[in-house]
Amino acid sequence: MVTTFRIRRFDPESAAPAPYVQEYVIDTEPSDTILDGLIKIRETVDESLTLRCSCRGAICGSCGMRINGHAALSCKTKIAASTASSTTVRVEPMNNMPVIKDLVTDMTGFWEKVRQVQPWLQPTGVEPEGEYLASPESMSHLTGVMGCIMCGACVSDCAALEVDSRFVGPAALAKAYRFVADPRDGASASRLLALNEPGGMWDCTRCMECIEVCPKGVGAMDRIMTLRANGIDQGVPSTCGSRHAEVFADLIEQKGRLDEPMLAVRTFGLGHVGGLLSFLPMTLRALVRRKLPKAGPFHRPIPGIARIRRLFQRSKETP
Amino acid sequence: MTYAFFPGCVSKGGCPELYQSVRQVYPPLGIDLEEMTTAACTGAGVLQEKDLRLGDLLNAHTLALAERQGLPIMTICSTCQGVMSQANHRLKTNPDYLAEINRALGEEGLTYHGTTTVKHFVWILLEDVGEETIRQSVKRPLTGLRAAPFYGCYLQRPSEALGFDEQPSRAESLETVMTLLGAEVVDFPGKSRCCGFPLLTINKSNSMQMVANHTTDAKAHGADVMVTPCPLCHLNLDGLQSTAAGQTNRAIDLPIFHLPQFLGLAMGMEPKALGLDRNLVSTGAVLQKLNVA
Repeated sequence: MVTTFRIRRFDPESAAPAPYVQEYVIDTEPSDTILDGLIKIRETVDESLTLRCSCRGAICGSCGMRINGHAALSCKTKIAASTASSTTVRVEPMNNMPVIKDLVTDMTGFWEKVRQVQPWLQPTGVEPEGEYLASPESMSHLTGVMGCIMCGACVSDCAALEVDSRFVGPAALAKAYRFVADPRDGASASRLLALNEPGGMWDCTRCMECIEVCPKGVGAMDRIMTLRANGIDQGVPSTCGSRHAEVFADLIEQKGRLDEPMLAVRTFGLGHVGGLLSFLPMTLRALVRRKLPKAGPFHRPIPGIARIRRLFQRSKETP
Repeated sequence: MTYAFFPGCVSKGGCPELYQSVRQVYPPLGIDLEEMTTAACTGAGVLQEKDLRLGDLLNAHTLALAERQGLPIMTICSTCQGVMSQANHRLKTNPDYLAEINRALGEEGLTYHGTTTVKHFVWILLEDVGEETIRQSVKRPLTGLRAAPFYGCYLQRPSEALGFDEQPSRAESLETVMTLLGAEVVDFPGKSRCCGFPLLTINKSNSMQMVANHTTDAKAHGADVMVTPCPLCHLNLDGLQSTAAGQTNRAIDLPIFHLPQFLGLAMGMEPKALGLDRNLVSTGAVLQKLNVA
């Protein structure tokens, strides 16, 4: 079959370095991957095309790039699957990291953020004579997150990183979870305190892009949500993020349905009145348009609230 | 076609025009609704940050109520849909977990057997109402209107729980409906990205940057209007668009329609009946382009 590759290229050594799109039309086989196609282009059409790859078996994590707008491993993505509705496939370098040349990105920032979460075991207590042992049962829940191959796909498509490069990002947070949840680690409390800071676990926008693009099923966002729950359980200092979750749960227990104004008031609290007041212009406009939600005693619980409260109570009693 | 109608908190709170407009458009399409008045909030992914199992228990309660009624659930919110789809997926694919949840439900005389389907209104339009009925319902084609879709994360990801493998057309359902109504779809990269709403109380600056980026990008691609099936996205994209414009020092003024408002306009309904006068960004330019008084 004939496939058109629209590749975003960049040559830092050109007279006026700027990204541009170049098209290549080649013959491909139904079993070919995107990486097969790119290598064919490099070997038979244009030897200047630059890409990074190694194992060709979705193990090394080298060939991450954006295929039709989403990050993926090119060695794991079939051309046929990428051209289901068209004979053209769009290939670009990963997002949220600088491009070195063509499809090769600079992952220095990626590794710095992984190092930031101290991705090594920090046990406490008396050092055993042999290895630090953990039962298979106590480690089984970490199997998924330990499958991370550090390809950068989740970081590439992270919506929060796109607007704020200070965010530590999904790969580093998934790695942090891997140690927070390790039964042999003794530094969970200090790790959670560090992750509770701005740019940490509360700055994820829960968009699930990282879950969708991960080639290994790590589910970074789900791990971030567990870190948040662990932080709340272990009593890390409250933030607007943790208060938002706690007040939300409390309001649902009391009313069954969200009391939006009260959620905002209690989330910001007296300590963040400025944050609350920043919503005043919108509130006034909503009032004029007759769409200000009822709040407090005017926001009545749903019919059957007693059952919802019993479900909450039963959940609290269940370990 | 009868559904157990799950309106969600926001259509009863911050976006009453969504509830108002869906109430206008469903009867002519042959849809009957029985509103679920005793079902609790889905948790919106927020309660799940604190306690995922509790979130699943509340959603199992809702799913069991609909199962007892023998009805599929209709949602009108991407977030309600996504959170309930994810909970349903976990319950249906893990019998031990379902049994554990059912022990808590059992004391209320309820059991969930895993048979309830949950569908967003936009999927119902295509999968149950059908393209032909939609075409026939159009009395005021939106010809010449350039409209950008904006899905909301929970109606796009994770695709497995949303049933995209079984129903691949769901991935582009919004564009399909908009095209059937006569509008010209403006494709832009932000259509399936995050609106920033979940960050609003945590990092408002980042949240507003997302609003500014997506609305500006849609306009740069030629959009007259943006259409969303998610009221949470609407709260950010419409309600806080002027704040985002102020933060980024740019004019935006892109009208944001709820999907039922857009549909109702094409069905020939009056703007006020659809609550268009309650949107915070004026919809006047859109109405003017369509010569609607």
